[in-house]
Amino acid sequence: MIMGEQKPLEVILGMLAPYDKIVLAGCHGCVTVCRAGGAKEVEILASSLRLAREAEGRPLEIKEVTLERQCDPEYLEPMRPYLEDYQAVLSIACGAGIQFVAEKYTSTVVLPGLDTTFIGVTEKQGLWVERCQACGDCVLHLTGGICPVARCSKSLFNGPCGGTTTDGRCEVDKEIPCGWMMIIERLRSLNQLENYRKNLPMKSWKTSRDGGPRRIAREDLME
Amino acid sequence: MILKAFEKGADGVMVVGCLEGDCHYLSGNLRARARVGRVADVLDTIGMGGERVAMYNLSAGEGNKFALFATEMVDKIRSLGPSPVNVARKSRKQAPAQEEK
Ligand code: SF4
Ligand code: SF4
Repeated sequence: MIMGEQKPLEVILGMLAPYDKIVLAGCHGCVTVCRAGGAKEVEILASSLRLAREAEGRPLEIKEVTLERQCDPEYLEPMRPYLEDYQAVLSIACGAGIQFVAEKYTSTVVLPGLDTTFIGVTEKQGLWVERCQACGDCVLHLTGGICPVARCSKSLFNGPCGGTTTDGRCEVDKEIPCGWMMIIERLRSLNQLENYRKNLPMKSWKTSRDGGPRRIAREDLME
Repeated sequence: MILKAFEKGADGVMVVGCLEGDCHYLSGNLRARARVGRVADVLDTIGMGGERVAMYNLSAGEGNKFALFATEMVDKIRSLGPSPVNVARKSRKQAPAQEEK
Protein backbone atom coordinates (compact mmCIF):
# COMPACT_ATOMS: atom_id res chain seq x y z
CA MET A 1 0.00 0.00 0.00
CA ILE A 2 0.92 3.66 -0.27
CA MET A 3 2.12 4.90 3.09
CA GLY A 4 1.67 8.30 4.59
CA GLU A 5 2.14 10.14 7.83
CA GLN A 6 0.14 13.05 9.13
CA LYS A 7 1.96 16.35 9.03
CA PRO A 8 2.70 17.88 12.44
CA LEU A 9 -0.37 19.56 13.89
CA GLU A 10 1.34 22.94 14.11
CA VAL A 11 2.17 22.79 10.38
CA ILE A 12 -1.45 22.00 9.51
CA LEU A 13 -2.68 24.78 11.79
CA GLY A 14 -0.30 27.14 9.97
CA MET A 15 -1.74 26.20 6.57
CA LEU A 16 -5.26 26.67 7.88
CA ALA A 17 -4.61 30.07 9.45
CA PRO A 18 -6.33 32.06 6.67
CA TYR A 19 -9.50 29.95 6.76
CA ASP A 20 -12.43 29.44 9.08
CA LYS A 21 -14.60 27.00 7.15
CA ILE A 22 -13.03 23.91 5.63
CA VAL A 23 -13.69 20.38 4.44
CA LEU A 24 -11.45 17.70 5.97
CA ALA A 25 -11.34 14.79 3.53
CA GLY A 26 -10.05 11.34 4.38
CA CYS A 27 -9.75 8.28 2.14
CA HIS A 28 -10.93 4.71 2.73
CA GLY A 29 -8.02 3.34 0.65
CA CYS A 30 -4.37 2.82 1.52
CA VAL A 31 -4.17 5.57 4.12
CA THR A 32 -6.97 3.96 6.12
CA VAL A 33 -4.95 0.76 6.36
CA CYS A 34 -1.81 2.58 7.47
CA ARG A 35 -3.87 4.53 9.98
CA ALA A 36 -2.96 7.95 8.68
CA GLY A 37 -5.92 9.24 6.71
CA GLY A 38 -9.07 7.18 7.26
CA ALA A 39 -12.38 8.04 8.91
CA LYS A 40 -10.95 7.65 12.39
CA GLU A 41 -8.04 9.94 11.66
CA VAL A 42 -10.44 12.49 10.17
CA GLU A 43 -12.37 12.48 13.42
CA ILE A 44 -9.28 12.86 15.62
CA LEU A 45 -7.68 15.53 13.45
CA ALA A 46 -10.94 17.49 13.22
CA SER A 47 -11.33 17.48 17.01
CA SER A 48 -7.71 18.54 17.52
CA LEU A 49 -8.00 21.39 15.01
CA ARG A 50 -11.29 22.63 16.42
CA LEU A 51 -9.95 22.60 19.97
CA ALA A 52 -6.77 24.42 18.94
CA ARG A 53 -8.67 27.09 17.07
CA GLU A 54 -11.27 27.53 19.80
CA ALA A 55 -8.53 28.02 22.35
CA GLU A 56 -7.13 30.74 20.06
CA GLY A 57 -10.57 32.32 20.02
CA ARG A 58 -10.94 31.78 16.27
CA PRO A 59 -13.22 28.74 15.83
CA LEU A 60 -12.83 26.60 12.74
CA GLU A 61 -15.85 25.00 11.12
CA ILE A 62 -15.03 21.60 9.69
CA LYS A 63 -17.08 19.33 7.48
CA GLU A 64 -15.73 15.81 7.98
CA VAL A 65 -15.89 13.39 5.04
CA THR A 66 -14.10 10.19 4.11
CA LEU A 67 -14.29 9.23 0.46
CA GLU A 68 -14.10 5.71 -0.90
CA ARG A 69 -10.94 6.68 -2.78
CA GLN A 70 -9.55 10.05 -3.75
CA CYS A 71 -7.66 8.66 -6.76
CA ASP A 72 -10.76 7.73 -8.77
CA PRO A 73 -12.91 10.42 -10.35
CA GLU A 74 -16.30 8.93 -9.52
CA TYR A 75 -15.59 8.92 -5.81
CA LEU A 76 -14.72 12.60 -5.84
CA GLU A 77 -18.10 13.64 -7.23
CA PRO A 78 -20.01 13.47 -3.91
CA MET A 79 -18.11 16.54 -2.70
CA ARG A 80 -19.32 18.75 -5.52
CA PRO A 81 -22.69 19.84 -4.07
CA TYR A 82 -21.27 21.40 -0.91
CA LEU A 83 -17.71 22.34 -1.79
CA GLU A 84 -18.69 25.89 -2.74
CA ASP A 85 -19.74 26.60 0.82
CA TYR A 86 -16.21 26.04 2.11
CA GLN A 87 -12.98 27.98 1.69
CA ALA A 88 -10.56 25.07 1.40
CA VAL A 89 -10.19 21.30 1.45
CA LEU A 90 -7.64 19.71 3.76
CA SER A 91 -7.03 16.23 2.34
CA ILE A 92 -5.36 13.43 4.23
CA ALA A 93 -5.16 10.99 1.31
CA CYS A 94 -1.83 10.28 -0.39
CA GLY A 95 -0.30 12.86 -2.70
CA ALA A 96 -2.07 11.34 -5.69
CA GLY A 97 -5.45 11.69 -4.00
CA ILE A 98 -4.78 15.24 -2.87
CA GLN A 99 -3.77 16.28 -6.39
CA PHE A 100 -6.80 14.65 -7.92
CA VAL A 101 -9.08 16.65 -5.64
CA ALA A 102 -7.31 19.83 -6.76
CA GLU A 103 -7.58 18.77 -10.38
CA LYS A 104 -11.28 18.02 -10.25
CA TYR A 105 -12.18 21.16 -8.29
CA THR A 106 -10.15 23.81 -10.04
CA SER A 107 -11.35 26.81 -8.07
CA THR A 108 -10.92 25.21 -4.64
CA VAL A 109 -7.86 25.61 -2.43
CA VAL A 110 -6.58 22.12 -1.60
CA LEU A 111 -4.11 21.57 1.24
CA PRO A 112 -2.06 18.46 2.14
CA GLY A 113 -2.53 17.15 5.67
CA LEU A 114 -0.35 14.12 5.01
CA ASP A 115 3.21 13.48 3.90
CA THR A 116 3.22 10.58 1.45
CA THR A 117 6.22 8.44 2.19
CA PHE A 118 6.54 5.08 0.42
CA ILE A 119 5.06 1.82 -0.90
CA GLY A 120 5.30 -0.69 1.89
CA VAL A 121 3.87 -3.42 4.05
CA THR A 122 2.61 -3.81 7.62
CA GLU A 123 5.45 -5.79 9.21
CA LYS A 124 3.51 -5.93 12.44
CA GLN A 125 0.82 -3.82 14.00
CA GLY A 126 2.06 -0.25 14.11
CA LEU A 127 5.20 -0.90 12.03
CA TRP A 128 5.30 -0.24 8.28
CA VAL A 129 8.37 -0.71 6.12
CA GLU A 130 9.21 0.15 2.52
CA ARG A 131 9.31 -2.69 -0.02
CA CYS A 132 9.06 -1.31 -3.56
CA GLN A 133 10.12 1.85 -5.34
CA ALA A 134 8.01 1.28 -8.45
CA CYS A 135 11.02 1.00 -10.77
CA GLY A 136 8.80 -0.25 -13.57
CA ASP A 137 10.86 -3.35 -14.41
CA CYS A 138 10.59 -5.89 -11.65
CA VAL A 139 13.51 -8.26 -11.02
CA LEU A 140 12.13 -10.14 -8.02
CA HIS A 141 12.31 -13.44 -9.95
CA LEU A 142 16.10 -13.12 -10.00
CA THR A 143 16.59 -12.00 -6.44
CA GLY A 144 14.62 -14.50 -4.41
CA GLY A 145 11.64 -12.19 -4.05
CA ILE A 146 13.62 -9.49 -2.27
CA CYS A 147 13.91 -6.12 -3.99
CA PRO A 148 17.43 -4.79 -4.53
CA VAL A 149 16.12 -1.32 -5.39
CA ALA A 150 14.11 -0.74 -2.25
CA ARG A 151 15.85 -2.96 0.26
CA CYS A 152 19.49 -2.36 -0.53
CA SER A 153 20.14 1.15 0.81
CA LYS A 154 22.27 1.87 -2.25
CA SER A 155 19.95 0.12 -4.74
CA LEU A 156 22.87 -2.02 -5.93
CA PHE A 157 22.15 -4.62 -8.58
CA ASN A 158 25.20 -6.74 -7.91
CA GLY A 159 25.68 -6.46 -4.20
CA PRO A 160 26.54 -6.51 -1.47
CA CYS A 161 28.84 -3.55 -1.14
CA GLY A 162 31.73 -3.92 1.29
CA GLY A 163 29.83 -2.42 4.18
CA THR A 164 27.71 -5.29 5.46
CA THR A 165 28.34 -5.87 9.16
CA THR A 166 29.24 -9.36 10.38
CA ASP A 167 25.71 -9.78 11.72
CA GLY A 168 24.18 -8.95 8.34
CA ARG A 169 23.22 -5.33 8.89
CA CYS A 170 23.52 -2.41 6.50
CA GLU A 171 26.33 0.07 7.07
CA VAL A 172 23.90 2.93 6.44
CA ASP A 173 21.93 2.10 9.58
CA LYS A 174 22.23 -0.86 11.94
CA GLU A 175 18.45 -1.04 12.10
CA ILE A 176 18.32 -2.04 8.43
CA PRO A 177 19.05 -5.63 7.46
CA CYS A 178 21.43 -5.77 4.49
CA GLY A 179 19.23 -6.30 1.42
CA TRP A 180 21.86 -8.28 -0.41
CA MET A 181 22.58 -10.47 2.58
CA MET A 182 18.87 -11.32 2.59
CA ILE A 183 18.85 -11.97 -1.15
CA ILE A 184 21.80 -14.37 -0.91
CA GLU A 185 20.37 -16.23 2.10
CA ARG A 186 17.08 -16.58 0.36
CA LEU A 187 18.59 -17.78 -2.92
CA ARG A 188 20.62 -20.29 -0.96
CA SER A 189 17.54 -21.67 0.77
CA LEU A 190 15.72 -21.86 -2.57
CA ASN A 191 18.68 -23.64 -4.18
CA GLN A 192 18.94 -20.80 -6.66
CA LEU A 193 22.42 -19.54 -5.89
CA GLU A 194 23.22 -19.79 -9.60
CA ASN A 195 21.10 -16.63 -9.94
CA TYR A 196 23.55 -14.84 -7.70
CA ARG A 197 26.53 -16.01 -9.76
CA LYS A 198 25.09 -14.35 -12.85
CA ASN A 199 25.84 -10.67 -13.09
CA LEU A 200 22.63 -8.73 -13.31
CA PRO A 201 22.76 -6.46 -16.34
CA MET A 202 23.06 -2.76 -15.70
CA LYS A 203 19.67 -1.49 -14.60
CA SER A 204 17.85 0.61 -17.13
CA TRP A 205 16.01 3.36 -15.31
CA LYS A 206 13.99 4.18 -18.43
CA THR A 207 10.97 2.56 -16.86
CA SER A 208 11.46 4.50 -13.65
CA ARG A 209 11.27 8.28 -13.15
CA ASP A 210 13.13 8.96 -16.39
CA GLY A 211 11.06 10.81 -18.98
CA GLY A 212 8.47 12.50 -16.79
CA PRO A 213 5.18 11.25 -15.32
CA ARG A 214 4.55 7.65 -16.26
CA ARG A 215 1.30 6.44 -17.71
CA ILE A 216 -0.46 3.22 -18.50
CA ALA A 217 -3.00 3.36 -21.30
CA ARG A 218 -5.22 0.32 -21.77
CA GLU A 219 -7.17 0.60 -25.01
CA ASP A 220 -9.26 -2.42 -24.07
CA LEU A 221 -10.59 -0.59 -21.03
CA MET A 222 -11.06 2.85 -22.45
CA GLU A 223 -14.38 4.19 -23.58
CA MET B 1 -13.39 10.00 21.88
CA ILE B 2 -11.25 11.63 24.56
CA LEU B 3 -10.83 14.71 22.36
CA LYS B 4 -14.62 14.81 21.85
CA ALA B 5 -15.02 15.07 25.61
CA PHE B 6 -12.78 18.14 25.58
CA GLU B 7 -14.80 19.57 22.71
CA LYS B 8 -17.95 19.09 24.75
CA GLY B 9 -16.37 21.21 27.45
CA ALA B 10 -14.49 18.86 29.75
CA ASP B 11 -11.57 20.45 31.61
CA GLY B 12 -9.96 17.10 32.21
CA VAL B 13 -10.48 13.46 31.27
CA MET B 14 -9.64 10.45 33.38
CA VAL B 15 -9.33 7.13 31.58
CA VAL B 16 -9.66 4.05 33.75
CA GLY B 17 -8.53 0.63 32.57
CA CYS B 18 -8.08 -2.77 34.11
CA LEU B 19 -4.82 -3.71 35.81
CA GLU B 20 -1.83 -4.13 33.54
CA GLY B 21 -1.33 -7.83 32.84
CA ASP B 22 -4.96 -8.46 33.70
CA CYS B 23 -6.66 -7.31 30.52
CA HIS B 24 -9.40 -9.58 29.18
CA TYR B 25 -8.27 -8.51 25.70
CA LEU B 26 -4.60 -9.19 26.55
CA SER B 27 -3.09 -5.83 25.73
CA GLY B 28 -6.07 -3.51 25.33
CA ASN B 29 -5.17 -1.51 28.41
CA LEU B 30 -1.55 -1.10 27.31
CA ARG B 31 -2.65 0.25 23.97
CA ALA B 32 -5.13 2.49 25.72
CA ARG B 33 -2.24 3.91 27.75
CA ALA B 34 -0.25 4.58 24.57
CA ARG B 35 -3.26 6.31 23.02
CA VAL B 36 -3.82 8.43 26.08
CA GLY B 37 -0.18 9.43 25.60
CA ARG B 38 -0.93 10.51 22.05
CA VAL B 39 -3.91 12.56 23.17
CA ALA B 40 -1.68 14.20 25.78
CA ASP B 41 0.78 15.11 23.00
CA VAL B 42 -2.02 16.66 20.96
CA LEU B 43 -3.23 18.64 23.97
CA ASP B 44 0.32 19.86 24.58
CA THR B 45 0.74 20.92 20.95
CA ILE B 46 -2.46 22.92 20.90
CA GLY B 47 -1.73 24.60 24.21
CA MET B 48 -4.41 22.83 26.29
CA GLY B 49 -1.85 20.99 28.44
CA GLY B 50 -1.26 17.24 28.33
CA GLU B 51 -1.82 16.98 32.10
CA ARG B 52 -5.53 17.30 31.49
CA VAL B 53 -5.77 13.66 30.49
CA ALA B 54 -4.59 10.75 32.65
CA MET B 55 -4.85 6.99 32.64
CA TYR B 56 -5.39 4.92 35.76
CA ASN B 57 -5.47 1.15 36.16
CA LEU B 58 -7.76 -0.55 38.65
CA SER B 59 -9.33 -3.92 39.27
CA ALA B 60 -13.10 -4.19 39.66
CA GLY B 61 -12.92 -4.57 43.44
CA GLU B 62 -10.96 -1.46 44.22
CA GLY B 63 -13.73 1.05 44.91
CA ASN B 64 -11.81 3.09 47.44
CA LYS B 65 -8.78 3.30 45.21
CA PHE B 66 -11.04 4.56 42.45
CA ALA B 67 -12.34 7.26 44.77
CA LEU B 68 -8.78 8.18 45.63
CA PHE B 69 -7.72 8.45 42.01
CA ALA B 70 -10.81 10.45 41.13
CA THR B 71 -10.16 12.94 43.94
CA GLU B 72 -6.54 13.21 42.87
CA MET B 73 -7.58 13.94 39.29
CA VAL B 74 -10.24 16.45 40.29
CA ASP B 75 -7.73 18.27 42.50
CA LYS B 76 -5.22 18.37 39.67
CA ILE B 77 -7.73 19.76 37.16
CA ARG B 78 -9.02 22.28 39.72
CA SER B 79 -5.51 23.57 40.17
CA LEU B 80 -5.09 23.82 36.38
CA GLY B 81 -8.33 25.74 36.10
CA PRO B 82 -10.75 25.70 33.15
CA SER B 83 -9.34 24.60 29.79
CA PRO B 84 -8.24 27.34 27.37
CA VAL B 85 -11.16 26.32 25.15
CA ASN B 86 -13.65 26.91 27.92
CA VAL B 87 -12.00 30.21 28.78
CA ALA B 88 -12.25 31.31 25.15
CA ARG B 89 -15.85 30.15 24.87
CA LYS B 90 -16.83 31.98 28.00
CA SER B 91 -15.26 35.17 26.82
CA ARG B 92 -17.16 34.89 23.56
CA LYS B 93 -20.27 34.09 25.60
CA GLN B 94 -21.39 31.46 23.15
CA ALA B 95 -21.25 27.95 24.37
CA PRO B 96 -22.06 25.24 21.83
CA ALA B 97 -19.30 23.05 20.49
CA GLN B 98 -19.28 22.43 16.76
CA GLU B 99 -20.53 19.00 16.09
CA GLU B 100 -20.69 18.74 12.39
CA LYS B 101 -20.14 15.43 10.72
S1 SF4 C 1 -6.17 8.25 -2.85
FE1 SF4 C 1 -4.19 7.40 -2.35
S2 SF4 C 1 -4.53 6.55 -0.33
FE2 SF4 C 1 -6.53 6.80 -1.23
S3 SF4 C 1 -6.92 4.82 -2.23
FE3 SF4 C 1 -6.05 6.18 -3.73
S4 SF4 C 1 -3.89 5.65 -3.71
FE4 SF4 C 1 -4.74 4.87 -1.83
S1 SF4 D 1 12.42 -4.48 -8.64
FE1 SF4 D 1 11.32 -2.58 -9.04
S2 SF4 D 1 9.15 -3.15 -9.26
FE2 SF4 D 1 10.23 -4.92 -8.32
S3 SF4 D 1 9.93 -4.61 -6.12
FE3 SF4 D 1 11.88 -3.62 -6.65
S4 SF4 D 1 11.36 -1.47 -7.10
FE4 SF4 D 1 9.45 -2.65 -7.09
